Amino acid sequence: METIGLHEADEDFIREVEERSGQALSRCYQCGNCTAGCPMSFTYDYPVSRLMRFIQAGRKDLVLSARTIWMCASCETCSERCPNKIDVAGVVEACRHMACRAGKDGVYAVKTFWDAFVLSVNQHGRAHEAGLLAMYMFRTGRFWTDVDLAPKMLPKGKIAILPHRIQGRREVAEIFRRFREGAADEEAVRSRLAAERRDDVVAAYSGEGCP
Amino acid sequence: MSSQHFGYFPGCSGLGTSLEYERSTRAVCGALGVALTEVPDWNCCGSSPVAHTADHALSSALASRIFAQAESVGIADIITPCPSCLKNLHNALRRMEDPLFRARVEALTQRPLRRAHTTKSVLQVLVEDVGCSRIRDAVRRPLKGLRVAPYYGCLLTRPGDSMKFDNPENPVSLDRLLESLGAEVLPFPLKVECCGAAFGVPARDVVPRLSGKLLDLAAELDADAVVVACPLCQMNLDLRQDQINAANGTRHSIPVPYFTQLMAYAFGLGDEAEGFAKLAVSMAPAFARMEGRAAAIERQEREAAAREAKKAGSAAEKKSAKAASAPAGGGL
Repeated sequence: METIGLHEADEDFIREVEERSGQALSRCYQCGNCTAGCPMSFTYDYPVSRLMRFIQAGRKDLVLSARTIWMCASCETCSERCPNKIDVAGVVEACRHMACRAGKDGVYAVKTFWDAFVLSVNQHGRAHEAGLLAMYMFRTGRFWTDVDLAPKMLPKGKIAILPHRIQGRREVAEIFRRFREGAADEEAVRSRLAAERRDDVVAAYSGEGCP
Repeated sequence: MSSQHFGYFPGCSGLGTSLEYERSTRAVCGALGVALTEVPDWNCCGSSPVAHTADHALSSALASRIFAQAESVGIADIITPCPSCLKNLHNALRRMEDPLFRARVEALTQRPLRRAHTTKSVLQVLVEDVGCSRIRDAVRRPLKGLRVAPYYGCLLTRPGDSMKFDNPENPVSLDRLLESLGAEVLPFPLKVECCGAAFGVPARDVVPRLSGKLLDLAAELDADAVVVACPLCQMNLDLRQDQINAANGTRHSIPVPYFTQLMAYAFGLGDEAEGFAKLAVSMAPAFARMEGRAAAIERQEREAAAREAKKAGSAAEKKSAKAASAPAGGGL
């Protein structure tokens, strides 16, 4: 059995998860209610209550490499039922965001599917179901994915062959570009706000109302 | 009637896999006098995958552009049929109450919002703003005899703090709405259990297990249909029903209409609005069973009425006989 040294906890990691999720992780007392209600547990490497414990113990690598954070369906059952009102799904989501930032592969098929979705929105402004499925099949080599569904959908006109491109797709692409370039990074925004406030102060003292 | 006018956000699936939800929603709202103005040139709401993998600021920026687009035509309140979109719109509004988060979002959109906004699901508007009595009044063809399992899915009422609608563990709004259409609404204990969400594509063992459980229970309850309010649930339960059957060795054939389709049917709005032809599992056998049951119910009611009448008749006969045999002028 593996022993976890609590003194080896990555405190920065714990703090980052707390900040990103806005949850106080120390409130979890391991009752297991989240795990009891979780419909996706059978696909996990660690049940969600154990993941919570690993986060408390600051096991960054283990948490960010866990299958659990990718297989969570975000159904929010855990968050709804936590007796300490911890948004457990929000914590899992924060870990997934951190795993993405850290360049973790995640569960390949799941991440590839999500990535295809995001790219589709980036390109067209809306998600194009057929296109993103094609992209997913191409990237994963799973060419048989849901081919059995095509005859059920095509004659009914439920699959849009071409994407519905919006007029504002460049505006949407710009949002993605700014995001990639770090425009929404908390530190950058915080310092910009501070700078603007200083500008206000400077403006006030150089304006007409100046004593 | 100003409260009955909303901005409308169809969501990406409304243009493809949930075409019938989109059409029936518009038709039903029209019939009930709820005016919808589509958000012009709307974009993806930043729902699950973006929120899943990227960052809250990015997904909220996409949601924020939708509200900005609504503002451009003077709309503040947006409704959507899709619970997944709803969740992201709600979360974006809630998170943007924090000034720093709002500044991060605006750094991405470069379009600060100028008004306060709200968002609701179509179901919430129909139940809370329109109300079941008005819905009942609009019914031309009651769903009498149709046994339905109301399935809300996991997102429609959760997280409770954000959605602020119905009960997150045991919602009843859809039950009440279907009752007002005349249907027999079955107690459905798995009404907020997860269907497997978007894992139908990347992990094929998930949906047969989770949605399979829902279909098993519906069959056990002898439901004619599982009624849904979410495009993802509908797709998993209906379109993937054969996949589920193949994986689980079951032989379910349970139709999975959207509640708005049943409303369109009950209101008599026509085939185009109902859109039952779009379902993978046909509604026809369910309606046939419904008619059979309705006929049986009516027969029973007629018989009961006849028995009552007979009883009342014989009582009246006895009474009149009694009156006739009563001593004349007795007491007077």
